[in-house]
Amino acid sequence: MEQFTRFHEVAADAAGYARQWKERTRGRVVATLCSYAPEEILLAANVLGFRILGTESPIILADAHLQSYSCTLVRGALEEALAGRLDYIDGVVFPHTCDSIQRLSDIWRMNVKTGFHMDLVLPADLTTQASLDYMTAIMETFAQDLGEKLGTGISREDLGAAVLTCNQIRSAVMRIHALRNKVPEAISGTDLHAMVRAGMVMDRNEFLSLVTPLADALEAEYPTSQFHGKRILVAGGLCNMPDLFDVIEQTGSRVVMDDLCTGSRFFQGLIEPDSDLFRAIAHRYQSRIVCPAKHSGIRARGEALVRMAKESRADGVMFFCLKFCDPFGFDYPYIKEMLDENQVPSMLYELEDSLAADGQFETRCQAFIEML
Amino acid sequence: MSTKENARDGEKERTKIRCVKTMKDIMTTYYIDAKTAKENGKKVAWITSGGPVEPLIAMDVIPVYPENHGAMIGATKMGDDLCAKAEDMGYSRDLCSYARADIACATINGGPIGGLPRPDMLVCCNNICGTVLKWYEVQARYFNVPLFILDTPITHTDYSKAQHRYVADQFKNYLKFLEAHCGKPFDFDRMEEVGRLSLKGQKLWQAVLDTTMNSPAPMSAFDAFFHLALIVTLRGTQIAVDYYQALLDEMNERVSLSISAVPREEIRLMWDNLPVWYRTKWLSDTFAGHNACLVADTYTSAWCSSLRYLDENDFFNSMVEGYSRIYLNTGVDAMAEEVLTMVARYKADGLVMHSNRSCKPYSLGQYDIQRIVQERAGIPVLVMEADMCDSRNFSESQIQTRIEAFMELVRASL
Repeated sequence: MEQFTRFHEVAADAAGYARQWKERTRGRVVATLCSYAPEEILLAANVLGFRILGTESPIILADAHLQSYSCTLVRGALEEALAGRLDYIDGVVFPHTCDSIQRLSDIWRMNVKTGFHMDLVLPADLTTQASLDYMTAIMETFAQDLGEKLGTGISREDLGAAVLTCNQIRSAVMRIHALRNKVPEAISGTDLHAMVRAGMVMDRNEFLSLVTPLADALEAEYPTSQFHGKRILVAGGLCNMPDLFDVIEQTGSRVVMDDLCTGSRFFQGLIEPDSDLFRAIAHRYQSRIVCPAKHSGIRARGEALVRMAKESRADGVMFFCLKFCDPFGFDYPYIKEMLDENQVPSMLYELEDSLAADGQFETRCQAFIEML
Repeated sequence: MSTKENARDGEKERTKIRCVKTMKDIMTTYYIDAKTAKENGKKVAWITSGGPVEPLIAMDVIPVYPENHGAMIGATKMGDDLCAKAEDMGYSRDLCSYARADIACATINGGPIGGLPRPDMLVCCNNICGTVLKWYEVQARYFNVPLFILDTPITHTDYSKAQHRYVADQFKNYLKFLEAHCGKPFDFDRMEEVGRLSLKGQKLWQAVLDTTMNSPAPMSAFDAFFHLALIVTLRGTQIAVDYYQALLDEMNERVSLSISAVPREEIRLMWDNLPVWYRTKWLSDTFAGHNACLVADTYTSAWCSSLRYLDENDFFNSMVEGYSRIYLNTGVDAMAEEVLTMVARYKADGLVMHSNRSCKPYSLGQYDIQRIVQERAGIPVLVMEADMCDSRNFSESQIQTRIEAFMELVRASL
């Protein structure tokens, strides 16, 4: 779709975009590894928050540091860094999520020169007052440390403005997600994937200037749906963000919703107005659906997915996960069981990195969708 | 029986560690107590191996360790079947084999002791890994019992005031949790006594491990893997203190009599990561066949790795830092420094690293530690890939070949 062209361009060459941005603005690029890196603080610091994914190149250099039983996000990201392909980065932020990212941070700090290195040691338990207090404190420290590293400082006004921008982005993106759910034929999965990818690497003000009119235009263009195909909910852990959507939708079905950290979850939840903005940022992380490496109650993720399946009237759930993703691996059996109890069919597909070209995935998709 | 055979048996008897029998008796009693807890009106808590057990002991709750159970499952070679059963339940084969074995075992009361006693509560401290958090969520759903999480953020390079406050807040909540589920107020006097015993036990365990600074070493890491059980399960009790005092006396006696773990110790090695439980004897014999003794390891010493942060006179509050700053909850470079210190302390000629598919926080980063140790200590380092409990990830011929080549290298570097 034409309105998505710019997003496809950026998504296809995110590194090229970052390099050009840097040249044009003389600004600094700060890489992050997951959606727990606070967008607002990076924006307030006037840097380009740039989410790095795995690699499309063969993994060679990283093999000297990471065993083959770590996931391709971790190995691929390190490969990119060691190969010098992240030369446009001025610093990197490692939010603490899973054990693999935790160790990647150490290995990166010890071996890679990509500017400054920051660990955002988040709590794993997101249910308690103590963890909210702790997260609030470390968000504030993070902002101070980042400001010091950049030599600029972050004022309350900067942060307030950044929160506003991020909230506007989230609202617009979630409107587009909602429209996809209401009128699945309005937006293809691949277009949405490109938009989300672009939203993780583009200048946020530029992204906002594109995404808000896009939401308006799409809502006006597609008031009602004529779609009668199968409605698919995509879930799991695809931290390296391969585009699987074309293959799914070639079957005539449509992805109507997702629960991916590299999908809607990145934008989920607004920051509530609060006199303490750091607390408000922490509160958003406690309120939205968590990464499986985090704790938000023993059934929270399963209940959220069942709810999402019902609300999106999904005919089936397709789980995707990266091989060696332990947090997802522990959650999958009970979540599948909860879906079964609610008569929501599901399938699981495990990926090493991107899709193998052997047609296996196409066959699995077709078989699943025919079964629905 | 020939004179030669008689002499060999006599030597075997003389070099056997006598405390082994006491340990087996203590562990049997411990598991009988745990399995009959309900009949005796006691509560059972399942707790992670790096978790603060002392408050449980102070509240008369019997702590049970799924990880110790995992080790028993591995050592009795029951891991493969149980792991396969977990895979049938939908758990990926790439997940931690302790967790897989335990999750499967709970549903069928299988394993070497017919399953662990049903927990009344679960206490999960993630200072060892994020896996335990997910594992305990599974068990909290299965047993439908309360779960307490002690969340100890990693100390990559430093230990911040914010994380100290956070963990301290949670310790307060831990007491409230115990009071609520035990139905009685927390006994601080008892806590301090348990704390003193815990510290005493840890110091004795460290002293036991330090007897291997003698050459020849009176025990090996393979012995330590066995004698470790009490510092994990009965830390904070007089039983553990008495046991480790007796073991220390026996080790000192062995030193004075020059009784060594490996008959003709020529090479001293260090071990990194968890044991390969189903092949400890094979590995022990293979190294001994090269007159090599594994004199130290990073695993068994982890239970006294934060002694410097614990305070006998304020044990409860010092647990905050003590449990936050254990070996595995630090950065890879800090771990490498610790390995280097141990290499020097125990005069190791080589390092054997078990790259354990089940344990990412322990294993990812090993290649960097390998490089650092090779460069700075100038000793050969072997990395062998296996798994602690699932022998389907163990290739004996491949590992044998690698050990042979490694031993040649070590011998050449002496």
